[in-house]
Amino acid sequence: MENTKKNTIVVNPVTRIEGHGKITVDLTDDGAVDRARFHVTQYRGFEIFSKGRDFREMPVITPRICGICPVSHHLASAKACDAILGVTITPTAAKLREVMHMGQFIQSHALSFFHLSSPDLLFGFDADPAIRNVAGLAQEYPDLAMAGIGMRKYGQEIIKTLGGKKIHPWHSIPGGVNRSLRPEERDGMLAALPKLKEDLRKALDLVKNYLAENAELAARFATIETSYLGLVKDGNLELYDGRIRLKSPRGRITDEFDDSEYCTHIGEHVEEWSYLKFPFYRPLGFPQGSYRVGPLGRINACDDISTPEASAELAAFRKSTDDGMVHYTLYYHYARLIEILYSMERLEELLNDPDVLGSDLRITGNVTNREGIGVVEAPRGTLIHHYMVDDKGAIERVNLIVATGHNNYAMNRGVEQVARDYITGPDVKEGALNRMEHVIRCYDPCLSCSTHAVGKMPLKLEVRNSRGDVVRTVIKE
Amino acid sequence: MAKPKLASVWLEACAGCHMSFLDIDERIVDLLGKVELTATPITDIKIFPEVEVGVIEGALGNEEELHLAKELRERCKILIAWGDCAVFGGINCMRNFMPAEQVLKEGYVDTASTVNPDGVLPRQDLPALLPQAIPVDRAVKVDVYVPGCPPDADTIYYVFSEILEGRIPTVPTDIMRYD
Repeated sequence: MENTKKNTIVVNPVTRIEGHGKITVDLTDDGAVDRARFHVTQYRGFEIFSKGRDFREMPVITPRICGICPVSHHLASAKACDAILGVTITPTAAKLREVMHMGQFIQSHALSFFHLSSPDLLFGFDADPAIRNVAGLAQEYPDLAMAGIGMRKYGQEIIKTLGGKKIHPWHSIPGGVNRSLRPEERDGMLAALPKLKEDLRKALDLVKNYLAENAELAARFATIETSYLGLVKDGNLELYDGRIRLKSPRGRITDEFDDSEYCTHIGEHVEEWSYLKFPFYRPLGFPQGSYRVGPLGRINACDDISTPEASAELAAFRKSTDDGMVHYTLYYHYARLIEILYSMERLEELLNDPDVLGSDLRITGNVTNREGIGVVEAPRGTLIHHYMVDDKGAIERVNLIVATGHNNYAMNRGVEQVARDYITGPDVKEGALNRMEHVIRCYDPCLSCSTHAVGKMPLKLEVRNSRGDVVRTVIKE
Repeated sequence: MAKPKLASVWLEACAGCHMSFLDIDERIVDLLGKVELTATPITDIKIFPEVEVGVIEGALGNEEELHLAKELRERCKILIAWGDCAVFGGINCMRNFMPAEQVLKEGYVDTASTVNPDGVLPRQDLPALLPQAIPVDRAVKVDVYVPGCPPDADTIYYVFSEILEGRIPTVPTDIMRYD
């Protein structure tokens, strides 16, 4: 912790999140919380330095935005490239891409839950920071830690099988994919699934028990009523390819549109205190048009889930509230585990489909359209890649809306609310800081992604007085 | 003997190197039994203490990153540059052909979905971009280089195992990768 002159608390960096950020809390003269902000402090500039590159390079360049969900960028980029070629890829190619995508969801969600967030739930927000991490988990809850490690490993192995590497794989190419799946590889993937589902069931029980035992906390913790955005296919939850749906806080479908039309529906607001922009629904403006994405966003936006076990779990999830819309931020963890379940079931469907062993992998072509848009659901939310090229295929403009950005407004509101609940005056307890950080962890933000970018995200907490002077900076030690 | 302490940080990079570290999978339990993690992105300790081993993932692209690299260098005995961004500057250096101001304007004003009529650029309470993104050893001395985008999990495990045995590792060519 760091004391400065006046009334600001600073937490820097925010840890156990995927990226770099800081939190500042401004206090009034009588010590109440006036305002809290979550700042993303890094920007790398992929939009500009991709200019002039051949568009066919983009599926290899853009995964470097993020080492946690490189597959999402790889796929969104490949889809944008397909659109530039003007081709519809073969069923085998589409299904193999989705297989890799399911591997990605399993590994990334497992990382978020087991490695980063579960220590808060198991040890408590006020536990000693020295044990409140994955090493502590391995010591105190070895079975759970091993289950998490195993689940993540499984997803990573799928990515490596198809793409040659676990991180920054190279499998999708404009017009398709570059490698087929061998029968024995498929069989190995299928054989491991039952045990993983069993492990996941235990994690689901853990989260459900936690939320039941801490119902009051869960109802209040950083809860904010917002709209929700996510891809759907025939109204069902969709992670690879669908229409973009926006649902109101009361559960009405506000809008549903093709991903190629995103720009007329979604705008991005800029604040001078964060490198992360604030996307919003254009017809409502900023900040009224703010919404949430990611597991909770998708689960709230869809009508149902197409696979049986996840569908049943979704029905149980929706019983948490009267109208089925769940605004509780801590339920992000629950929604995330339901999505792992869906990913496992969907993977099983895909692997049992004869197309997945096909050899028709790629459609070749030349630049047909000067513009291409590719959208997928990344683990953290809707990911949009938009390229404009010249007639030879050199990149002229790039626009990226990265999942975490959509949640920027909600993360700020949530941090502020928790600050109001747990902070009075500049003498702040470590547990209060950790709770503010946990708000960020619920969203599992990928801040290296979100600023695509020149990006780094230490979290520091600043307390400022009513005149805006910094009173105190807190950096947890 | 007390367990050697390790601090790591990810600067201008994608986190892929830290993810590759987690890809050592079950071996992590064994390794965590032999070293003490202090300040890292996966623990809640925010300030680098004095440590035996410091690890930097990422290039240096803004003032805060430069500061953190210097701070970690001062507090560690062995500094590892981890991954292509730390070793060479990596993909971040692709912005070095244009002024930092132009990089910001492109991202925050000119992009297709941005609504920013006043041309607001992020500056307040934020570290300013360095004129160029640079590899770690342009600013501080590096003892061990582990290239790769990211280095393979086995390579990372090898490097840590060697250090725990008291040796300063040189990554053998058969597990070293540049990509």
